Amino acid sequence: MDKVIALVGKEWSEVFRNKFVLFTVIFIPLLMTAIPLVMLRAITAGDGGDAFGLTEAVGQVAVLCEGLAAGECGQFIVISQFMPLFLMMPTIIPITIASYSIVGEKTTRTLEPLLATPITTAELLAGKGLAAAIPAVAATWIGFGIFVAGGLAMGLSRDLAARFFDPLWLTAIFVVGPLLALAGVSIAVMISSRTSDPRVAEQISGLFVLPIVGLIVAQTTGLIYLNRSLILWIALVMVVLDLALLYFATRLFQREHILTRWK
Amino acid sequence: MIVTEALTKDFDATRAVENLSITVHAGEVFGLLGPNGAGKTTTIRMLAALIGPTSGTAVVAGCRVGKDDQQIRRSVGILTETPGMYEGLSAARNLVFYARMYEVADVEGQVEKYLRMLGLWERRYELVGTFSKGMRQKLAIARALLHEPKVLFLDEPTSGLDPQMARTVREFIQELRGEGRTIVLTTHNLDVADRLCDRIGVIRSRLLILDSPAALRQRLFGRTVVFHLGGPAEDHRAAVAGFDFIQSLDVVDNKLVLQLPDPEAQNPVVIRSLVEAGADIQFVGEVRRSLEDIYLQIMEMKA
Repeated sequence: MDKVIALVGKEWSEVFRNKFVLFTVIFIPLLMTAIPLVMLRAITAGDGGDAFGLTEAVGQVAVLCEGLAAGECGQFIVISQFMPLFLMMPTIIPITIASYSIVGEKTTRTLEPLLATPITTAELLAGKGLAAAIPAVAATWIGFGIFVAGGLAMGLSRDLAARFFDPLWLTAIFVVGPLLALAGVSIAVMISSRTSDPRVAEQISGLFVLPIVGLIVAQTTGLIYLNRSLILWIALVMVVLDLALLYFATRLFQREHILTRWK
Repeated sequence: MIVTEALTKDFDATRAVENLSITVHAGEVFGLLGPNGAGKTTTIRMLAALIGPTSGTAVVAGCRVGKDDQQIRRSVGILTETPGMYEGLSAARNLVFYARMYEVADVEGQVEKYLRMLGLWERRYELVGTFSKGMRQKLAIARALLHEPKVLFLDEPTSGLDPQMARTVREFIQELRGEGRTIVLTTHNLDVADRLCDRIGVIRSRLLILDSPAALRQRLFGRTVVFHLGGPAEDHRAAVAGFDFIQSLDVVDNKLVLQLPDPEAQNPVVIRSLVEAGADIQFVGEVRRSLEDIYLQIMEMKA
């Protein structure tokens, strides 16, 4: 464990010297937290929140809004549109960190001396993975905390505020978020093994964000609504996907493969 | 300390190392020489348990490559072809990190010991990115020694260094040799190999020749002695031509160039004969063939 902790510390010391990585880790969570807060501010400052007529929009809304007043329901639906933003954070950030961390080791030729030490492949992957995933998950959770605190400060009702602590949001933020971060790291490891430019690795790995963008579009257009069962399904799919991605990433991250095939 | 038996490594259709069988004794400095692409780095990577052999066996510090790899990594230190230090970290931070990777018990103590030993203590808080190539190389040597390995692999330790820095590194390796460590080094700097190595092995995928530099000199060139005379040497060729111990005789201006198997015993005989023949002998010297001559001769012979 000492080696994993040492590796995580080293990774952070190295990678956070990169201004672009630092920008991604700080700016993206701020932006993605600010957007729903601004929307919330806009609708709470309006006519009570039902200006969008959302309570009449789709049958599913009634299920989501159970126990909420009409105005509160409108606010909740609008805010829920932005829940996927909190799923984008743990996806984008680890991809950026892992891409710079792994490709950086390749370009500066620091991997060979590291692989010559008695660190196991599992420890190496764990160190690299945690160094990329922890800031992402932490930024997401902090962003979510700021969002909830901001909402309360804007005078959300107790019933509506309580919705952010129901299984739907908690599963999304505290289960699906870390699972997405893990997937992001695995994808970055795989892509990084084939490129020698961190920006290319990041851009290709970044395609992994597209399904979440699709989720935002689908929800905004009323095609789907994120509800408890859907988020549980997403969590389940992510567990399976993570296992598969970890398997492939681990296979690629073998000493000999890295030294002789990574160009 | 290191024994390889028919060690072979293939990369797809390319055979990088073929049937390499060598023994490196404890406390020995062994030089692995060969042209680019000869398999030197691949051999070192196999012996340091970084890559596995395709066939054959290798035992390093009592541990078998491919079976006890973690233990081998604990027992050996390696200076890779490029220093590969983290440029965004300070010298001390780099070594502390590696000391933890090598499971060193006294991290601070060992880091200080080697930073001082290599003259980097005063600059320990400076970023490695600001270091010269020579300083990075010294830091990489310190990294290889942090865990006090019994076996040290040095891949091109003086490559790209200026003469002064190369000398510093060479002297440091000599110090390490005095500590009884087993050292395997690869180098294109044949002067370094000549000064440091007890034995050298020349490889080009497979082992071409293996012996001490002195024995290789003897084997390939014999010993060459030059007699500088006061007049044309051709006039005195007959005085020595009859000795059957002379392996070869050349005349160059005022010089008689003889190849002798045992100059200590045969020089007085030659000198007496020349003096009796009326030659003025100004001085006598032995030509020391460089390791470069030996290396090029081997490459030519095996081409």
